[in-house]
Amino acid sequence: MQERLKELQAEALEKVSAAAELKELNDIRVSYLGKKGPITEVLKGMGKLSAEERPAMGALANEVRDSISVKIEAKQVELEEAAVAKRLAAEKIDVSLPGRPVRAGSQHPLTKIVEEIEDLFIGMGYTVAEGPEVENDYYNFEALNLPKGHPARDMQDSFYINAETLLRTHTSPVQARTMEKNAGKGPVKIICPGKVYRRDNDDATHSHQFMQIEGLVVDENIRMSDLKGTLEVLAKKIFGQDREIRLRPSFFPFTEPSVEMDISCKICGGKGCSICKGTGWIEVLGAGMVHPNVLEMAGYDSKKYTGFAFGIGAERIAMLKYGIDDIRHFYTNDIRFLKQFSVTE
Amino acid sequence: MLVSYKWLQEYVDLTGVSAEELGERITKSGIEVEGVDKLNEGVSGLVVGHVIECEKHPNAEKLNKTLVDIGEEEPVQIVCGAANVAKGQKVAVATVGAVLPGNFKIKKAKLRGESSHGMICSLQELGIEGKLIAKEFAEGIYVFPEDTEVGQDAMALLGRDDQVLELGLTPNRADCMSMIGVAYETAAILGKDVKLPEPKAAEISEQASDYIKINIEAKEDNPLYVAKVVKNVKVGPSPLWLQGRLMAAGIRPHNNVVDITNYILLEYGQPLHAFDYDRLGSKEILVRRAKSGETIETLDSVKRSLSEEHLVITNGAEPIALAGVMGGANSEVNADTVTVLIESAYFAGASIRKSSKDHGLRSEASSRFEKGVDPARVHKAAERAAELMAELTGGEVLAGSVEADYLDKSEKTVSTTLGKINSVLGTELEMKEIENIFARLQFRSTADNDTISVIVPTRRGDITIAEDLIEEVARLYGYDNLPSTLPVVASVPGRLTDYQKKRRVVRRYLEGAGLYQAVTYSLTSRDKALQYALEEREPVELAMPMSEERSMLRLSIVPQLLEVLKYNTARQNDNLAMYETGTVFLKDGVSELPEEREHLSGALTGLWGSHPWQGEKKPVDFFVLKGILEGLFAKLGLEERVQFKAGEMDGMHPGRTAEVLLDGERVGFAGQVHPTVQKEMDLKETYVFELSLKMLLDAKSEPLHYIAIPRFPSITRDIALVVDKVQSAGELKEIIAGAGGRLLKEVGVFDLYEGDRMEEGKKSIAFSLKYYDPEKTLTDEDIAKTHEKVLASVKEQAGAVLRG
Ligand SMILES: [Zn+2]
Repeated sequence: MQERLKELQAEALEKVSAAAELKELNDIRVSYLGKKGPITEVLKGMGKLSAEERPAMGALANEVRDSISVKIEAKQVELEEAAVAKRLAAEKIDVSLPGRPVRAGSQHPLTKIVEEIEDLFIGMGYTVAEGPEVENDYYNFEALNLPKGHPARDMQDSFYINAETLLRTHTSPVQARTMEKNAGKGPVKIICPGKVYRRDNDDATHSHQFMQIEGLVVDENIRMSDLKGTLEVLAKKIFGQDREIRLRPSFFPFTEPSVEMDISCKICGGKGCSICKGTGWIEVLGAGMVHPNVLEMAGYDSKKYTGFAFGIGAERIAMLKYGIDDIRHFYTNDIRFLKQFSVTE
Repeated sequence: MLVSYKWLQEYVDLTGVSAEELGERITKSGIEVEGVDKLNEGVSGLVVGHVIECEKHPNAEKLNKTLVDIGEEEPVQIVCGAANVAKGQKVAVATVGAVLPGNFKIKKAKLRGESSHGMICSLQELGIEGKLIAKEFAEGIYVFPEDTEVGQDAMALLGRDDQVLELGLTPNRADCMSMIGVAYETAAILGKDVKLPEPKAAEISEQASDYIKINIEAKEDNPLYVAKVVKNVKVGPSPLWLQGRLMAAGIRPHNNVVDITNYILLEYGQPLHAFDYDRLGSKEILVRRAKSGETIETLDSVKRSLSEEHLVITNGAEPIALAGVMGGANSEVNADTVTVLIESAYFAGASIRKSSKDHGLRSEASSRFEKGVDPARVHKAAERAAELMAELTGGEVLAGSVEADYLDKSEKTVSTTLGKINSVLGTELEMKEIENIFARLQFRSTADNDTISVIVPTRRGDITIAEDLIEEVARLYGYDNLPSTLPVVASVPGRLTDYQKKRRVVRRYLEGAGLYQAVTYSLTSRDKALQYALEEREPVELAMPMSEERSMLRLSIVPQLLEVLKYNTARQNDNLAMYETGTVFLKDGVSELPEEREHLSGALTGLWGSHPWQGEKKPVDFFVLKGILEGLFAKLGLEERVQFKAGEMDGMHPGRTAEVLLDGERVGFAGQVHPTVQKEMDLKETYVFELSLKMLLDAKSEPLHYIAIPRFPSITRDIALVVDKVQSAGELKEIIAGAGGRLLKEVGVFDLYEGDRMEEGKKSIAFSLKYYDPEKTLTDEDIAKTHEKVLASVKEQAGAVLRG
């Protein structure tokens, strides 16, 4: 009997070792350890043993069962792990294949420039003012010190609807309107972005429609040095810290003194090239101290109040900043153009 | 204005200041120098030669074989192709080793068997523009005067050893449309003196007043007229120095009389006119407005009709010049002229602008009058012209000038204070520095305590108020030297308005949803202006459009976006999603300005979802579009208040278009573009929307308020309803929601079946209903009554039966 048990143990352990699948292992468990299995069968012959022999034989039988059981458990873990490994191996993918694209659009480069500048000035305490694109001659010209027949009106050939209304040629009328609304009281601190229109034939450098951003600060004690400091902040923000800035006197009917700002040419580093017409400088914006006539017309006492204003073309900024060579790209909306501006800088 | 560096040196000492440096300093002080041109750039080795022999080339009909003395030991043989070359001429010779513009190097050559040691040049070959070359030398080689010394530098003789500064003048700086004006500016910048010519013509005893009378009828248009008479002039070419200066300044030389008037125009900024006195036809000059119906033939041989708005110079009877713009052909100076009447006048800008505009004539003269000449130089210019005519034409100047003078020539005084200057500029200048700046400008000033009063010279008509003085101080002090500060303003927080903030949210949302922002033109054609308008109104029309294509202001954005899709599709990019926010313009019969509304529009075409290698290709459809919009409305807190209602619209698919309603009011539309339009534009299935952004953003949304997260489980019931095919799901949903009462929290469609297994004309829509009570856990019994009510309502109101 003892021998039979040993035999069964050896036989079962060998089968367990050899088992290659979980099902086979389960069959082994049932056939050796089940109620109808050979060990149970052997134990049925215990009755023939003496009372002294029984406990030892019982212990042996349990030992045999346990050893088989332990071995089966171990084998099961082993086989299960193998099965998982196999399944995972089968699930292997090629991670170099492209991912499912997530659709994402992006903002237009002009909006990008406008919002960037808006945010810069909002951070400095400005609010964003907007106004109509079709304007009264009064706000577009007269309130800005450009009376009818003024020679400087030549500089801004415009689209008239009738004698008194036109498509605004700059966003300055928003300044005139805002000042008028404030009824002679300070401070005014606004930035005015918007579309403007001029009678130009569209070509690589001209557009009959473009985007302008103007700024205006009016209060007691606004100085030209404040304008200079503000323009420096703006230029550094847009073009980077390493560009040089030059302010030079100019003329605009609505400012006195007037300023034009140049930045050093990125292409030639200031030595002079075709982009900067050999000067090493590129003109980027016009500005100045608000002309007393403009202040007075909007109801401000020009003895008490001073102010500064500046205006930039968003297209020009974008062209210089990103190296765009044709202003018409902004309005053609070629997807190959637009896609390039989805990158965060 | 083109400014000769050498000429400028006659008025200001430029020692140690190169043309480039001067250009930079002028730019920094307020007048943009757009370029500094070296007139002899890339040219060398040119001398004056004397043609001592000239004969036909033995082997070439069109060539000449010449022997030219170039001031060296031996004359050289040069083969010349110019038709006008002749023995005895003094010519410009590019010697062997010379370089001409375009890096053209002159070498020894053999031309048809004859050796050639150089080249006889035309002025164009020396780099002078054709339009600046005197007519007689426009074709062929240039010929120097007979007495020109051989061997000299030919370029220097022509005034080409010079540099020209190109000034870009703003309209206020008309004072710098003259050499003397530029001299004042230069002197101020460099802190130097100005040396001015002191014209004084030697006069004969005969009186000019015996020759001519001046009468002015139009005193406002012409407050000052000065005439001088010079007799016995010999009309001929000007001396080389004069021709050279004119060419450098961009003016073509004609003859000595005309050249002198142009020279004075450049020097003083005072336009002059020279009449042939003997051809005036009278002894009188009468300045008046033209009579309607009158005509004049001008110097350019064009006969012009005049009106009462045009100022003319007459001989008392008929016009002899269009004042300030162009002389008449009948009194023009020609080769036979003996006596010259010099006109130096002050014409009002507005009058000249009108004539010049009406006749399409803009000249050096008219542009100066338009901007205003210096009243103080009218006499001097006439004097200087007479002096030069005596000197250069051999003429005799009659005593005195004849004039009519109604002009106010007084100088204006403008005052400001030191405090004002410093507070406007942000500087801490002292009165001495300010006085010094005005002294440099040659403005007389007097300081009295804090106040400084400046007598503004008449040449600087642009200076009228204190701020103009402050600008003069700032620009001469140097913008570079101003401090940099930031405005100190009572602190107001900078921010966007709610509207502006929400507009940015809309943009970012749409970009996140896969749409690219477009910016298109507001001006469009009449057809396009009217298409897809949310409201039918007459478009706003330009008075003088540049083209039909851009003649109206848009009423909608969709047509512009469709153009964008078309453009891209034609370039093999046909999966597109675009949006735009922008203004549309509605004509308003009442107010002066049209009504402007901000719209939001979008257009989608081609594939929406696609997988690069699993073959998935899902074209855009109505529900892609609707999903995007629903997401947008949710973002704006409006989802519960917006409805999509089937609607029709021109240019849209009649069965696939929805009106978008906000609180029951139409705010726009969304749907598929009509297939015929798609076909016309070569577009695949295309979906568009146009919404009033203003109405969406102005809608007050509920303030954000936290709702407790459910603490008890909810119960979900799914029902499939069989309804007529025309029954809209939206309406069913409303019925269900209405009947579900307080316990029904969510209703959603989860299936639609319209297949074969349905009865003819029927479809099945399945809804999922979620019941929830915030107070307790619901039981089946709790909702039984409500659910029954839901089923009864859909049956009663929509004839819906539960699908078996
Ligand atoms: Zn450059």
